[in-house]
Amino acid sequence: MTDFPRAFADALLSTVLDVAPIVVILLLFQLVILRRKPPNLRKIAAGSALVLVGLALFLIGLENALFPIGKTMARQLTAPEYIGTEGLVADVDWRDYLTVYAFAAAIGFATTIAEPSLVAVAIKARDASGGAVHAWGLRIAVAVGVAVGVALGCFRIVTGTPLPWYIIGSYVVVMLLTFRSSRTIVPLAYDSGGVTTSTVTVPVVAALGLGLAAGVPGRSPLIDGFGLIAFASVFPIISVLGYSIVASWLSRRRKSKLPEEA
Amino acid sequence: MTRFPVAMLQMILNALRDLAPIILVIAFFQIVVLRQPFPDLLSVLIGLLCVIVGLTLFIQGLESGLFPLGEALAQGFAQKGSVTILLAFGFCLGFGTTVAEPALIAVAAEAADVAAEAGAIVDNDRARITYALELRMVVAVSVGAAIVLGILRILKGWPIHLLIIGGYVLVTAMTVVAPAEIIGVAYDSGGVTTSTITVPLVTALGVGLATSIRGRNPMVDGFGLIAFASLTPMICVLAYGMVAS
Repeated sequence: MTDFPRAFADALLSTVLDVAPIVVILLLFQLVILRRKPPNLRKIAAGSALVLVGLALFLIGLENALFPIGKTMARQLTAPEYIGTEGLVADVDWRDYLTVYAFAAAIGFATTIAEPSLVAVAIKARDASGGAVHAWGLRIAVAVGVAVGVALGCFRIVTGTPLPWYIIGSYVVVMLLTFRSSRTIVPLAYDSGGVTTSTVTVPVVAALGLGLAAGVPGRSPLIDGFGLIAFASVFPIISVLGYSIVASWLSRRRKSKLPEEA
Repeated sequence: MTRFPVAMLQMILNALRDLAPIILVIAFFQIVVLRQPFPDLLSVLIGLLCVIVGLTLFIQGLESGLFPLGEALAQGFAQKGSVTILLAFGFCLGFGTTVAEPALIAVAAEAADVAAEAGAIVDNDRARITYALELRMVVAVSVGAAIVLGILRILKGWPIHLLIIGGYVLVTAMTVVAPAEIIGVAYDSGGVTTSTITVPLVTALGVGLATSIRGRNPMVDGFGLIAFASLTPMICVLAYGMVAS
């Protein structure tokens, strides 16, 4: 870690470059077209600088501490020598891979809890709903969805079953749940599908998919390695809608019970 | 300012709590399942410290920087009252943040390899680079279009579920006719387009717009921009696959 300042400068530079197009667009519209300075410009500028420095530190820490271990682990757990399928040419038993599904679910859950964009949406949802949506409830519901999705996605890679069946099947579930849900939660649930797959989740989950597709006999990393992100984006919609249905059912039941006790 | 250290400590504790699951999962699988020691424990600990401080600063900056910025923009556009300018802004924001997104660049390069392997394009470097670049442009334009559609929905108060379910039906129908090698890429492209800076900004913009327009509810109408941004790339990449082959 002696080259820390250099690594930090690199990370900061690449974050700034990523953000440059946004800054140009914002400045253009704010100064040229709206011709109005936001009321608390200094605070906003200071906050944005914090976001940049924070994100750069966050990324450099992930690159140094968590990603190398997470990726190595994904490779080791999916290696044929570890699973015990070395030398097999075809026909693997999906049950040989139980550790992989467990790891997929655990790492999917854990990376989603740490995902900064999900934190942002959860805070915004709490404020916009006046506290009716609990930030932690939402984050845990989304993380459970990602866990189930990634584990099922690994099962799909192992069995080699077609991706569209799973994704289109889960679309049908989303549609059915949408019609049972309250109108206020549906847009948030749809959004939670897109925010889960970001800085922390994508690198680890992608490494898991590629390792698995390379290790399972008869799978190709190019064809079968894709798809885990898709699972991780659809299942949170299901889990958030499901969570809201269960929560409102529980609160109705509690309310209908109260008068009896009184 | 006397409360500042306490608030900071509280935020660091929150960040630690956010990261606890990932630390536990990695430690459990490393020590119990794989039965290996941690390689280079010191650098792992220093890295973790960076992650914790970074997340703390990010969340602090989110509340004082990105959220107010998105809200100020939404208010500015609502006062200006020009729908065209608002939609132009939405398109630029979607396109500009997606076209240089590192996750998208990586996926597009992999997709070009898949297409070359499957024989959909000529197998040389030039064809691959062109294919990857075109794919990125397609995704970026589709995210721009998604934000435009999402803003229109907020202004008009259209019900989101009809649009999203209509999109799902379209994806399903296109899956049947699209070439097999593009499907995995297309499905994944929806997830990689929404970056950590874009999400807070776009969410604050949507909620801010819904708050400043009379008759709109921030929960019902404010959310949903991200949902469009993860759906339209799937449709456009499937369409691109059908045209390109």
